[in-house]
Amino acid sequence: MSALLEVSGLEISFGTLSAVRGASIEVRRGETHCLVGESGCGKSVTALAVMGLLPNNGLRHAAALRFDGQDILGLDEKGMSRLRGDRMAMIFQEPMTSLNPAYTVGSQMAEVMVRHRGVSKRAALDRAAELLARVRITSPEMRLGQYPHQLSGGLRQRVMIAMALMCEPELLIADEPTTALDVTVQAQILRLLADLQKDLGLAILLITHDLGVVARTAHRVSVMYAGEVVESSPVEQLFERPMHPYTRGLLSCVPVPGKIRRDQPLGSIPGMVPHVTSGFEGCAFRQRCALVRPDCAGPIARRKPEVDHDYLCQIAPEDMATS
Amino acid sequence: MRSWRAWGLWLGAFIVGFTLLVAIFAPMVATQDPFAQDLSRRLVPPSWMEGGRPQHFLGTDGLGRDYFARLVYGARISMLIGIATVVTSGIIGIAFGVIGGYFGGRIDDVVLFTITARLSIPLILVALAVVSLVGSSLTVVVATLGLLLWDRFAVVARVATMQVRTLDYVAAAWSAGCSQPYIVLREILPNILSPLAVVATLEMALAILLEAALSFLGLGVPPPLPSWGLMIAEAKDYMFFNPWVIMVPGMSLFVLVFGINLLGDGLRDLLKTGRVA
Amino acid sequence: MSAPLIEVRDVGRQFRVRSGLFGQPKRVVAVDGVSLSLKPGEVLGVVGESGCGKSTLAKVILGLLEPTAGEVLIDGKRLAGLDRRERAKLIQPVFQDPFSSLNPRRRVRDIVGMPLEAQGEATAGEVRKRVEAMLERVGLDPSMGERLPAQLSGGQRQRVAIARALVMRPRIVVCDEPTSALDVSVQAQVLNLLAELRREFGLSYLFISHNLAVVEHVATEVAVMYLGRIVEQNDAETLFRDPRHPYTKALLASVLTPEPKLGIPETGLGDTMPDPTNVPPGCRFHPRCPVAIERCGLEAPATQRKAPALVECHLATIT
Ligand SMILES: Nc1ncnc2c1ncn2[C@@H]1O[C@H](COP(=O)(O)OP(=O)(O)OP(=O)(O)O)[C@@H](O)[C@H]1O
Ligand SMILES: Nc1ncnc2c1ncn2[C@@H]1O[C@H](COP(=O)(O)OP(=O)(O)OP(=O)(O)O)[C@@H](O)[C@H]1O
Ligand code: SF4
Ligand SMILES: [Mg+2]
Ligand SMILES: [Mg+2]
Repeated sequence: MSALLEVSGLEISFGTLSAVRGASIEVRRGETHCLVGESGCGKSVTALAVMGLLPNNGLRHAAALRFDGQDILGLDEKGMSRLRGDRMAMIFQEPMTSLNPAYTVGSQMAEVMVRHRGVSKRAALDRAAELLARVRITSPEMRLGQYPHQLSGGLRQRVMIAMALMCEPELLIADEPTTALDVTVQAQILRLLADLQKDLGLAILLITHDLGVVARTAHRVSVMYAGEVVESSPVEQLFERPMHPYTRGLLSCVPVPGKIRRDQPLGSIPGMVPHVTSGFEGCAFRQRCALVRPDCAGPIARRKPEVDHDYLCQIAPEDMATS
Repeated sequence: MRSWRAWGLWLGAFIVGFTLLVAIFAPMVATQDPFAQDLSRRLVPPSWMEGGRPQHFLGTDGLGRDYFARLVYGARISMLIGIATVVTSGIIGIAFGVIGGYFGGRIDDVVLFTITARLSIPLILVALAVVSLVGSSLTVVVATLGLLLWDRFAVVARVATMQVRTLDYVAAAWSAGCSQPYIVLREILPNILSPLAVVATLEMALAILLEAALSFLGLGVPPPLPSWGLMIAEAKDYMFFNPWVIMVPGMSLFVLVFGINLLGDGLRDLLKTGRVA
Repeated sequence: MSAPLIEVRDVGRQFRVRSGLFGQPKRVVAVDGVSLSLKPGEVLGVVGESGCGKSTLAKVILGLLEPTAGEVLIDGKRLAGLDRRERAKLIQPVFQDPFSSLNPRRRVRDIVGMPLEAQGEATAGEVRKRVEAMLERVGLDPSMGERLPAQLSGGQRQRVAIARALVMRPRIVVCDEPTSALDVSVQAQVLNLLAELRREFGLSYLFISHNLAVVEHVATEVAVMYLGRIVEQNDAETLFRDPRHPYTKALLASVLTPEPKLGIPETGLGDTMPDPTNVPPGCRFHPRCPVAIERCGLEAPATQRKAPALVECHLATIT
């Protein structure tokens, strides 16, 4: 089956900063694709680039950018804004900056549908109330009349999800949708997204830093580091046989409930994500990597230990397993 | 789309900047005296028209005064009124709005009531009444407009303050032990200036137009000062046979107000789309 | 036993909200009859669902919101009566959202120096020196002081927020979800940093988080909040090993551990969400409680206390 969203060779730069370098991602219908990685790895800008919402100073190039087989690389702002919020919707990382504090929740939700579907405001409000109930918000009618600042973080996030679903999109890009939520609601919302996915054949590109969420929701995972997809594989393989040293490092940082040693510091990857400028050579992880070798500064090969599983590292799978 | 907007912003900035420069350097731009009458040279047409004279680039008015000089000095009056009014009304409106938005509760009720009261005052009528009571002068026009046009500043400042006030950095400043005036001046005010800049352009255009309207009615700046509104009023007697006397100040007024509005729209779009992280 | 640094006595906080122009004003019960105390050197974790009033409680303790009932004592003194400078020296916040917790128009140097400036005691040179030392201590290059918040990553911003909170050496830091917006490796760094700073400066934390694994890692004592009330509290180890309240049990069950194939857990809590505008009679958890009995809907359970344990449930007892 062909992918609903196909990103290949995506490059994004801000001035001399290379935020994304040759990332390729495919999201199929009915599939959840998780994008994980540290702060500043380029996850959000990848999502924004797909939506055509990069800030003015961002420059986008790609080998291909297709939505449902249609090339959206050459689409102008008008064409993109027709897709956005309608066939592809996004839940933003910062709910407070994407909800307008001057309007009520209801009028903001209704606006999306009035604009794309030309329905009456009344009908749009009914749909909004229905969706708020569907994302488990109590007394939806009252919430429609409230302003964003009157809602707690969790409620705002659920409003964002409901708003993204107003026009029944085919692709949902969710940038850290459950980050502000506590576990019970997170579990419920992830279930909800999984149900919606089953009902509507929704394709989801889920950006998260929570490896628990990745493990439980993803079909496929792409690990991003400094603008590159350094490892990509089906979810079970990634957790059972992580290959890239970065993926392995990430897995060691998670405090696993029940196995906690309070007196010890958590495992953490030393250093920070480097700022990579254009013309950078070699592996961007090499300053932080425990397995670094001299040839890590040269061109890096993409290796394929299994079908459907690839990673970007100098060390071959057979050497990785022993080290 | 985006480039067109940027283009509007630049054109607007150019028009306003150009007018400002002309206003500042008026004595250097216009070599003739805008007040010197010469009844023997009344209504000379602009220099490129038949009967025009090279020393009067835009001709002369009904009293034989150099029209180009009057236009240039008129820009001074328009810009002066525009800026002085925006500064006065801005200070009043922002103070009201920020206080209401920041403190909320009873104080906000008082502010809201004051804004509503102000909105129910008919602008032109009050201006007319004041001028006919006190007599017309530049100061009176600025004071009247400044004391009347603050409402939009107050409304925008109030809403913007209410938004910013709930943000965590204001809570952090409060927890850090900062005083209320410090929080308002250093944490809140700088973060609500962008929407206020847009309001400022709107109010400036409005002030310039109102001055022209008042002057046209003979209640604005008193003659012989060269205000564009006054020039239009004086020209209306001659406009049938000498249409350019009304065209010149009329077009200038139109272009300036258009430019200010372009600038304001451009600023608004810039602030809306330029969400830098 | 040393005197508590924070003492919260029967604190309640309600909000009025109006739906629509002519709607009836409703009362949101955000915090209701909460008592707790934080002893020197302790880390008191507060967990609970979205909207259960954790942030409101934090704001009341910070003095950002007036309680509608009860009172807060900081270091034995009534919070409401504290001078702003005195208060700032005792208690400082670190907020969740690294985007809105730093003024976008000020440089990092000024943001971190702000508490010192507010005290008005140090000279400009001293402020500069202390700010640079503090930035270095939280793992930021002092040259970052020249940057604007927009030029920093989320983790770096949170380090700036921590630097701002600690530059004056307060005794208490209220952390409202300090690592929720960060990803795991940075979260690990920030948690390790907070743990180091606590030892180094002898700090006490009130640590709010929805991430139970994180709370289990940092807290010495944990309070579980539900609809504005603390329904269970105990020392961290006991609480996680042996939860008594059905809500605590459900919370622990819904943690997503990084194990694929397990799928998304069913919380057993049903679809009704707690509604703070309409607090149910009896035990406020009963509409969602998987083990509720008839009595739960009729009669509010008494608070059973046996320090450090506390539980509010008809079916639970402290042993
Ligand atoms: N408007 C901008 N101007 C300049 N640089 C930017 C801009 N937006 C993002 N960047 C840079 O691009 C890189 C990728 O940023 P992005 O927001 O995609 O990271 P992320 O992976 O989503 O991180 P996080 O987990 O913190 O959200 C970062 O180095 C960031 O500093
Ligand atoms: N300014 C306000 N006006 C009206 N209601 C409010 C206000 N602030 C908070 N509330 C309400 O009080 C309740 C508790 O909010 P609070 O922010 O304390 O929750 P929380 O436990 O911090 O949630 P989260 O985990 O989502 O941050 C919520 O129902 C919220 O809607
Ligand atoms: S390429 Fe080298 S530096 Fe990069 S992850 Fe592999 S071993 Fe480490
Ligand atoms: Mg992001
Ligand atoms: Mg909160």
